[in-house]
Amino acid sequence: MAGEIKEFERKWGMVIDLDKCTGCGACVMSCQAENNVAPQDDATNKLRAHTWLFIYRLSNGKQYPEHSTVYLPRPCMQCGKPTCVEVCPVIATEKGEDGGIVSQVTPRCIGCRYCMASCPYHARYFNWFDPHWPGDLAEALSPDVSTRPRGVVEKCTFCHHRWMLAKDKAIANNEDPLAIAESEYQTSCAETCPNGAIYFGDLKNPDHKVHQLSQSPFAFRLLERLGTEPQVYYLSKREWVRRLGDNYLDDEKTGQPLRKL
Amino acid sequence: MDYSKPLDAALFPKGCERCSLTKFSMWMCVPIWHLIFGTVAALVVFGGGLGYTALDNRFGFGLWITLDLAIIALGAGAFFTGLLRYILNIEELKSVVNFTALLGFLCYTSAMVILVLDIGQPLRSWFGYWYPNSHSMLTEVIFCISCYCIVLTIEYVSLILDSDAFSGNKYIQHLAHNFHVYMPLFAGIGAFLSTFHQGSLGGMYGVLFGRPYLFREGFFVWPWTFFLYLLSAVSAGPMFSVIVITIMEKFTGRKFVSWKVKQLMGKIGGTMLVVYTIAKCLDSYVWIHDLLPRAGNTFDEMFFGFIYSEIWFWTEHITLIVAILFLVIPRIRRIPFFFYTGLLLTCYSVVLNRYLMTVQALGIPVLPFENWTYYWPNWSEWGAFAFIFGYSVLSLSLTYRYTPVFPEEPELNKK
Repeated sequence: MAGEIKEFERKWGMVIDLDKCTGCGACVMSCQAENNVAPQDDATNKLRAHTWLFIYRLSNGKQYPEHSTVYLPRPCMQCGKPTCVEVCPVIATEKGEDGGIVSQVTPRCIGCRYCMASCPYHARYFNWFDPHWPGDLAEALSPDVSTRPRGVVEKCTFCHHRWMLAKDKAIANNEDPLAIAESEYQTSCAETCPNGAIYFGDLKNPDHKVHQLSQSPFAFRLLERLGTEPQVYYLSKREWVRRLGDNYLDDEKTGQPLRKL
Repeated sequence: MDYSKPLDAALFPKGCERCSLTKFSMWMCVPIWHLIFGTVAALVVFGGGLGYTALDNRFGFGLWITLDLAIIALGAGAFFTGLLRYILNIEELKSVVNFTALLGFLCYTSAMVILVLDIGQPLRSWFGYWYPNSHSMLTEVIFCISCYCIVLTIEYVSLILDSDAFSGNKYIQHLAHNFHVYMPLFAGIGAFLSTFHQGSLGGMYGVLFGRPYLFREGFFVWPWTFFLYLLSAVSAGPMFSVIVITIMEKFTGRKFVSWKVKQLMGKIGGTMLVVYTIAKCLDSYVWIHDLLPRAGNTFDEMFFGFIYSEIWFWTEHITLIVAILFLVIPRIRRIPFFFYTGLLLTCYSVVLNRYLMTVQALGIPVLPFENWTYYWPNWSEWGAFAFIFGYSVLSLSLTYRYTPVFPEEPELNKK
């Protein structure tokens, strides 16, 4: 019933080292500025706010001195088998065949929010009101990303426009646009992170750092057993953090579920 | 002019008495008030955006989708009774088939109104036909519901054309006659379309493999929820029709359908209910013992506090079993109290199911470090509820007053 896992020559992916993340929020701010995410009148309501990249605070639930916390930035997982693509009635969201980025075609979106209901990561956001940039904030809008109107869904695109710009630049330089260097296409959050906790690149390219990091024994993905095949990996040497990445029955070991969906 | 009769008596169906026009006009204030309230709410949402509802990024679906699913299930009496009457030729159902078509028409058109209100870009509604995603269950729903709405409109128009107001017009009489001649064809098309969209509404949830509360395996492209929704609709649909008929009888003080036909409807619905209940219990068993553990969840993790407690899960199942006892055992079914209670319990269970699959499913945290979230609809969402209530009561009242929606009414009310 659910669609097949989609594999392509290139697979853009992200690895986030949770042991390096301090939860400073710089990635969130850069994401909002880069992608023309409109400021909210009441950003205290996190269930209405637009946070393409959302930071969770995880705890091991123990008392001091064993207490430990970790910050987990959550972009769109760009799933290999996305729950959202199959369900959209108007093909307003697609799995890109060049890199596997899950797009959101906002001019086609009818705002039914079926994709939001399907996504277990809550990575999709609905424009409940008309976007509004107070004062002269509109002057700072990026010309590379469309603003979204009221009534449509939006989400993280792995700064897809940067991929387009990198290809354009390669073509202008008479280079192969499909063989650009890792540094030529980086997402805004990866570029901004002061601790270098976010890595971005082609998961299938052995020369890219993300390829190596994703093979680490400390790497895990969120809700892997549901079969969504996320293209975002997390790293943590702490076992309790890795265990919080998925649902486990009491008798199951972390990273080794007895059965999958 | 006979001044002892209401002013509009000439338009009444033959042999049927109706209240005075003044009394009827007073009654009309009730639905009109609801319509005004609903229209204000709709204008606020259309004008200002869905931000005026209580929906949020967790609860993209809420009261409106619950209501949509519920009224479409309850309106299933139209296609199922039509199928039994015109295709399987159960003659006794001729006294209710007009009414079930009318009720189906109201339920489906109400659902369309709510859907238009519910989507963020109502002016793009037509994109569903222009850019259809053949993999999406919602596409199947969009196509089948709108096509079936056309079938129901034809059935409703044929009822209006039967009105005595058109008795002098030969063309309309012939047109109405031809509609009746081809009614088995419309009933067949309706049954085909309804089977798919009733099922697809369940399929919409069953395919969501990112939501362990909802996901189900199934047969071919259809998850088991496809079949469960279909079965629950054919059980509850005929029963809801009987409930509405009985409420109308209480309001008007007249008999519309014989007790024998009501019993038959209850018996048919009850039989379908047995099939649905067995399938539902099997589904729940497999979900608890196979699907949830595979997703790394336990049954207990699907419930929280009172509003999301297990009570509702068990209520949904137990009401079905009690309803079966009341409706399938003839000795109990013949007692009006148990009969009507059985009908009400079935409809309650089906509506509760739609609520749980919509609201509870979205309240459950899937990520282990997420929290449960809550939703309570606000006035603008209740406004849409008021709108469809007003619209349905208004349409039912007008159709009852001026068309022969109950063909046995004159005979059943002979003094």
